[in-house]
Amino acid sequence: MKKEKDGHLLEENEDIKYTTCYMCACRCGIKVTLKDGRIRYIQGNPSHPTNQGVICAKGSAGVMKQLSPARITKPLKRKEGAERGEAQFDEISWDEAMDILVKRLSKIRSEDPKKLAFFTGRDQMQALTSYFAKQFGTPNFAAHGGFCSVNMATGMIYSIGGSSWEFGGPDWERTKYLLLFGVAEDHDSNPMKLGIGRLREHGGKLVVINPVRSGYGAIADEWVPIKPGTDGVFILSLIQILLKNGLYDREFLISHTNASYLVQIDEGGENEGMLYQIHERDMINTQNTVWDRKTNSIKEAHLENNDPALLGEFKSPEGKTLKPAFQLLVERVMEEYSPEKASAICGVPAEQIARIALEIGITARDNTIELPIPWIDSWGREHKTTTGHPVSIHAMRGLAAHSNGFQTIRGLSILMMILGIIDRPGGFRYKPPFPRPVPPCPKPINSPDQIKPNTPLPAPELGFPSMPEHLMVDENGNPVRIDKAFSWEFPFTAHGMMQNVITNAYKGDPYPIDTLIFFMANMSWNSTMNTSGVMDMLRAKNATGNYKIPFLIVSDAFYSEMVAFADLVLPDTTYLERHDVISLLDRPICDYSRPADAIRHPILPPKGECRPFQQTLIDLANALGLQGFCDENGNPLYQAYTEFITNWEPSPGAGVGFLAGWRGKNGTKHMVGEPNPNQWEMYIKNKSFWEIQLEDSIKYNRTINQGYLNWAQAHKLKRDNEPIIMHFYSEVMQRFRLAAKGLRKGRQPKTDTQRQRILKFFDPLPFWYEPLEHQQVDKEKYPFHAITQRPMPMYHSWDSQNAWLRQIIGQNFLYMNTGRAKEIGISDHDWVWVESPLGKIRVQVKLSQAVQPDTVWTWNAIGKYPGAWNLDENADEATKGFLLNHLITEELDYVNGTKISNSDPISGQAAWFDTRVKIYKAKDAGHWPQFSPIKPLPHMEKRPEILRYGFKEAE
Amino acid sequence: MQLALIIDLNKCVGCHACATNCKSWNTGGEFGPLTDIEPYGEKPLGVWFNRVQTYEVGEYPNTQVINFPKSCMHCRNAPCVEVCPTGASYKREEDGIVLVNYKDCIGCKYCSWACPYGTREFDFHEGVMKKCTLCIDRIYNENLPEEERRPACVLACPTRARIFGDIDDPETEASKAIMEKHGHKLLPEAGTDPSNHYLPQRKVKIELDEDELYMKPMAIVTIETKLTSYKEQILDDFVSP
Repeated sequence: MKKEKDGHLLEENEDIKYTTCYMCACRCGIKVTLKDGRIRYIQGNPSHPTNQGVICAKGSAGVMKQLSPARITKPLKRKEGAERGEAQFDEISWDEAMDILVKRLSKIRSEDPKKLAFFTGRDQMQALTSYFAKQFGTPNFAAHGGFCSVNMATGMIYSIGGSSWEFGGPDWERTKYLLLFGVAEDHDSNPMKLGIGRLREHGGKLVVINPVRSGYGAIADEWVPIKPGTDGVFILSLIQILLKNGLYDREFLISHTNASYLVQIDEGGENEGMLYQIHERDMINTQNTVWDRKTNSIKEAHLENNDPALLGEFKSPEGKTLKPAFQLLVERVMEEYSPEKASAICGVPAEQIARIALEIGITARDNTIELPIPWIDSWGREHKTTTGHPVSIHAMRGLAAHSNGFQTIRGLSILMMILGIIDRPGGFRYKPPFPRPVPPCPKPINSPDQIKPNTPLPAPELGFPSMPEHLMVDENGNPVRIDKAFSWEFPFTAHGMMQNVITNAYKGDPYPIDTLIFFMANMSWNSTMNTSGVMDMLRAKNATGNYKIPFLIVSDAFYSEMVAFADLVLPDTTYLERHDVISLLDRPICDYSRPADAIRHPILPPKGECRPFQQTLIDLANALGLQGFCDENGNPLYQAYTEFITNWEPSPGAGVGFLAGWRGKNGTKHMVGEPNPNQWEMYIKNKSFWEIQLEDSIKYNRTINQGYLNWAQAHKLKRDNEPIIMHFYSEVMQRFRLAAKGLRKGRQPKTDTQRQRILKFFDPLPFWYEPLEHQQVDKEKYPFHAITQRPMPMYHSWDSQNAWLRQIIGQNFLYMNTGRAKEIGISDHDWVWVESPLGKIRVQVKLSQAVQPDTVWTWNAIGKYPGAWNLDENADEATKGFLLNHLITEELDYVNGTKISNSDPISGQAAWFDTRVKIYKAKDAGHWPQFSPIKPLPHMEKRPEILRYGFKEAE
Repeated sequence: MQLALIIDLNKCVGCHACATNCKSWNTGGEFGPLTDIEPYGEKPLGVWFNRVQTYEVGEYPNTQVINFPKSCMHCRNAPCVEVCPTGASYKREEDGIVLVNYKDCIGCKYCSWACPYGTREFDFHEGVMKKCTLCIDRIYNENLPEEERRPACVLACPTRARIFGDIDDPETEASKAIMEKHGHKLLPEAGTDPSNHYLPQRKVKIELDEDELYMKPMAIVTIETKLTSYKEQILDDFVSP
């Protein structure tokens, strides 16, 4: 008897289930056909907002992840006498593992909670993991954002209250011109590809700015091969041409941004560079001001009849010199960022820069979109239509992974403001919960005194500082966190600085820790800089013969390089075996005008003794008696993770939690409502996701859309309904500068070096500076930029264990510009040494016409440690794959012989792409370095010699 | 009727979704398995019905990069069928799909030598030649919802660069795409008359006329001289929505 399900006729042994993919971070809906309890086929869920039925190479190969023989299925403890990195373990029970954990962690918690450092990789449960750390009482928590794309996040969030990448994107249906900067091609995967497909269909122009032409670049109408780390100068030069030609959206700048606000020049005074404010309406609240051209006088900003000047210099009644913020930017770009000057730095011909600027400016000006959608702004003014310009800009890692990325992305945000293309038809669109205030409200703890034994932190470990008082420093101005995030050196580190945890813990700088937990983060291999050095640090011992990092816990589902270094291994589940939430508190699945979230639920049983890490955290929280997981008598409130998700609220009766759909006792409410005991079932019934559609009148201009802001407040996405004015000019940054100048009362930097650093980089207007590593390196000696690209069929290190995906790419080369290689006598397939000031590797070259001549590149994370991921130790990945990471330094020189993280001095973003190398022919062939192999663990499945998946007789 | 795939090179970003989704469906399908030898070994060797190649054309900086997915072309004059000594390779009358009857295949590989496209895939484990079937076990499969009775590669393609249909019927989306977007065949000189077609890359250009820049000479120095008086129109007033 066949049964019908969603249009399928299924045999008795077949079923169809819907869940959420996790082959990368893009969170697509998948439809899984099961046969005899095994996966028959994985396809995209056609009704899902993220991928609309399509699915990428990784998602399609999900079955091979499930089948990977690299699964760890038992808790493991490092064998006595075995060294870290040798992967010699005893299999232990979960009881024993929990016992070790609870003993160790309760001791730390009762003595000094910050001695626990808990860092997670590309997980999608940061709301839970950070909550755990906060309840534990350690500030030393972060996910992978610091080494991923925090510049992209903070550069835009500190400017426009939202970010691109997965948190916003182009209006693909209407945009006629897309500038795509340095996008990682592995994700966000399907949404980008669907969008680019639409753009190609309706004939929009695609311009790709990237030193390498691959993937999306292949179908671009124009490729702009730019030198790495110089995008900022290119962007500021575009701005110059736009301004010179009057191609800017005055109305947008005045209504949506602070471009018209008056800035006090007041050089050397306590108000230098601060916005000029008046008490217009009442004597309590001050208001920002503009110069009204009609009355030639200062007015409160945003008044109905204002005609604000964007240009000029004015005097306040007290005789102070005032200039609109826009004027300051004009002065900056006119003086310093001509296409000719930019060209000399970024290598893009001046004519091309000017032409692209005019193309985007004129496309925006002459193709204004007017939709018959009325809306009301925050000041009560009615707009009969919704207008916009069909130009959009999208960017990711290529801009972010430089030590000048924050200011570059500030520049990008201002370019978008100038064109008037933010949250309007045809331009960039926020995805809920964005837009958020500039910057968002949460602030991290700001003093070591807030860390107390057996006590939760009173504020989060991470947040968005808006003044020096929000930094996490002690009375001497020294960092409180192990990664030195939120210090004077790295103030806006909203995602932490995971890239420095091992190095700092090894050095005991700023203090030694006891236990380091990594969850699905491959920090001994492709996710760290200076891979060889970091492996040594993990193995390093002090004079008494103990490891410098005393205890290392790793939770992973697979036999990664990191697992080999663990003292305790906790076997996790795969995405097909567990419950998960893809929450609005974390990285939701929203479309531009559809708030949405999703779940995963187990469609296969966990293998062996694998246990979802979420459940491990809940069990651990209960065993440790963490306050946020217990009632006032210390009794655990939740046993199962699913129960926690359903019932947890930030405060009793708040009516919000991890999942926004089907709230209220009967599941009739959304966004806000009391916990619903049947919430999981309701998600599963709706194909594992929830969404609502915003009404047309509140879809656009959401930063100043009264209807939207009221809706967001009512639905607890926002604390108030105040408009979100975009920071064309960053008074927030100027505040730090004033502190550095000693002009601001309150917290100030303690050393001259700190002062100079803040003074230089905390410019309230964007500027370009040479990446910090380039400033320290002899550029003639190291003439090439060395960068990586991410292949579309792979997500970082996750997929070389995948029998299908590794066949697509199992070996990487160093790609080099053909003409440039010839000049230095290098031919195709030559073996070369690639040497940076940190070290050298021997690799094989492939010549390419699709790379900027001063740049060499390779695919990220193809190279594997021999034997890791249960691949044959002679696998191509181990013998012919390589990592560039050995050449990338995690530290730069600082003052008096000290070192500092190789990161953006504002956001703490790891500067992966600032590496400089020299290249010369090698006498010998073969990859170097090579490492001594690790063996498969005894309990792991044997690698099959033949795979005939789906063929019954063979199984 | 001649069923075929139309692949839009103007949209293909080379992501390999078509290749892996094909493998996922077909390895468990009627024409599976798509055997992988040494899947975790030194050099894995698997059967793929669909592969994506990437080419560079031209010299820097005028380089073009083309991603090129390739599978059986289901030729009208299929040389693989002609050379097959056992009749295992055959072309279906009713829809033009070229198939291999595995039972009759003796693994002589004549067909793969005859195919100018290199789209035949030898299963070394079984000693049998395999290839794309246009997902014949999907397109006529009444157990699937009607909208999913399409090849797996077409369902999966994230840029929607693949069209499936009957190229003998001028009214299908496939035929129209060939006509309207200059669809071409691969190696027409080989005389195989392949049924799959490729739509070429089409570049969008914007031509700016001087008229569109009548504000051009507006010098920024005017800003400094006009401190408070803004009666006349200047660049400050320009461009509003």
